[in-house]
Amino acid sequence: MHGLINRAIQSFVCATYGQPCWLRVTEAAGLGFAEFEAMLLYDDAMTAKVLDALCADLNRPRAEILEDLGTYLVSHPNMEDLRRLLRFGGVTYVEFLHSLDDLSDRARLAVSDLRLPILELREVSPAEYHLHCYPGLPGYSSVMVGVLRAIADDYGALAMLSHEGSQGDAEVITIVLIESAFAEGRHFDLGARKS
Amino acid sequence: MMQTSELSALLDTLCPMFVMVDDQGRIVNAGPTLQKLRPGHPMRGRGFLDVFELVRPRTVTTIAGLLSLAGGKVHLKFHDEPRTALTGLIAPLPKGNGAIINLSFGISILDAVRDYALTSADFSGTDLAIELLYLVEAKTAAMEASRSLNLRLQGAMLAAEEQAVTDMLTGLKNRRAMDVVLGHLISGNSVFALMHLDLDFFKSVNDRLGHAAGDFVLQQAARIMEEETRNEDTVARIGGDEFVIIFKGLVDESVLTDIAGRLISRLCQPMMFQGAPCKISASIGTALSTQFGTPDAAELLNAADQALYEAKRQGRSRHCLYSALAASGLKPASSQ
Repeated sequence: MHGLINRAIQSFVCATYGQPCWLRVTEAAGLGFAEFEAMLLYDDAMTAKVLDALCADLNRPRAEILEDLGTYLVSHPNMEDLRRLLRFGGVTYVEFLHSLDDLSDRARLAVSDLRLPILELREVSPAEYHLHCYPGLPGYSSVMVGVLRAIADDYGALAMLSHEGSQGDAEVITIVLIESAFAEGRHFDLGARKS
Repeated sequence: MMQTSELSALLDTLCPMFVMVDDQGRIVNAGPTLQKLRPGHPMRGRGFLDVFELVRPRTVTTIAGLLSLAGGKVHLKFHDEPRTALTGLIAPLPKGNGAIINLSFGISILDAVRDYALTSADFSGTDLAIELLYLVEAKTAAMEASRSLNLRLQGAMLAAEEQAVTDMLTGLKNRRAMDVVLGHLISGNSVFALMHLDLDFFKSVNDRLGHAAGDFVLQQAARIMEEETRNEDTVARIGGDEFVIIFKGLVDESVLTDIAGRLISRLCQPMMFQGAPCKISASIGTALSTQFGTPDAAELLNAADQALYEAKRQGRSRHCLYSALAASGLKPASSQ
């Protein structure tokens, strides 16, 4: 598993539940260390053990925690860089949804060994979309539900999301767009630069 | 033939940074993104060379010259601030009716997007500008993550070196390990002898036969020192050709003199390196912890060092006891 993914989980747990929780989780998972390096690769089993330990520690289902992780990735100030990269996907929420087809290619363009599952958006009507998440990363569709919900807020769109279960080998997320310009949304300045 | 206005509308969509000039070099129309760079100063009606300075090719200074560069690439700058750099491609209109000049930011895109608060709507759908901006941000973030990993690895490496107690070349203890052993012996009130051994003529082996020979000699010398001492003794390489041997519980000067004699005689035997004899020898100074009321590591090392200096002074390949210096009145009366 790519270190970026493990690091994202670590960052989410520390920011949401605190460092002590993360230390308990890594201890219970038997990692032998408490800090993932973003640019190294780790055995997939480690990530699974961390998530199992986290579910046990919080006594919450995995899908729910992963949805929160997705929300964290877009909305937490720690993750501003990632939010910006996602916002490059489009000027509107609908444009962003369509850009998800390119998400795994975009990720690979940034970090060549980061492989994300293929996503495919199918437009059912201008107000309803189905996002097919293909296999490759267990729990990815749960994370995507959180990401899509948070980024809808970011664009100021009002959308209803539900995880519809599987269709063939893909898991399907239904996105019902109620209002594409519901609220102001957060500003995205193309030329913003860190000082 | 298409009307100028129809053509302009088409170009607004396809290349929103175009300029249409007439045969006199007057701007007939400018694309919306280009015009956005100078809000409040309509470009239409102004001379192209009054708005833009031609940077390259330098030989061209007139409109006629510019229009003759059909299909050629030009480098421009705004005359006024901010003097954003632009590249342009010139396509003449039929029948000498002027030209279309399509402009682009080129490498100045990063500054331009910030200076002019451009958005993705300002670029045509096929323009790679947005992808370029995405890539710059993504690569910067990835580079930062790599850099922070590199810094942490460097820190870990320094910490590991800091904690290392072995001399890599000889496998003996290093200076840090020797300091630790000395500290333990002194704080535990143990009695011990400290020998300071220096290889003679080592530098000449190194100079004459090269570093590989020098390394070989150091390894052989280390082996001899380990063979001539007990397991509980500590042999450390503390400098290029300097060694310290600590004999725990041994303060009998006649035994120490015997050991020193054996060390010197073995180290004086030529060592064969790739068929070439390497000849060195050794000088040794020895001090005892019992020669000091409250021994201190630096003081003991200094005493052994003084004895070593005396051994060298007497003509090398010798062993000298610190107590002999004391008896002959050669040393400062700092000890008991």
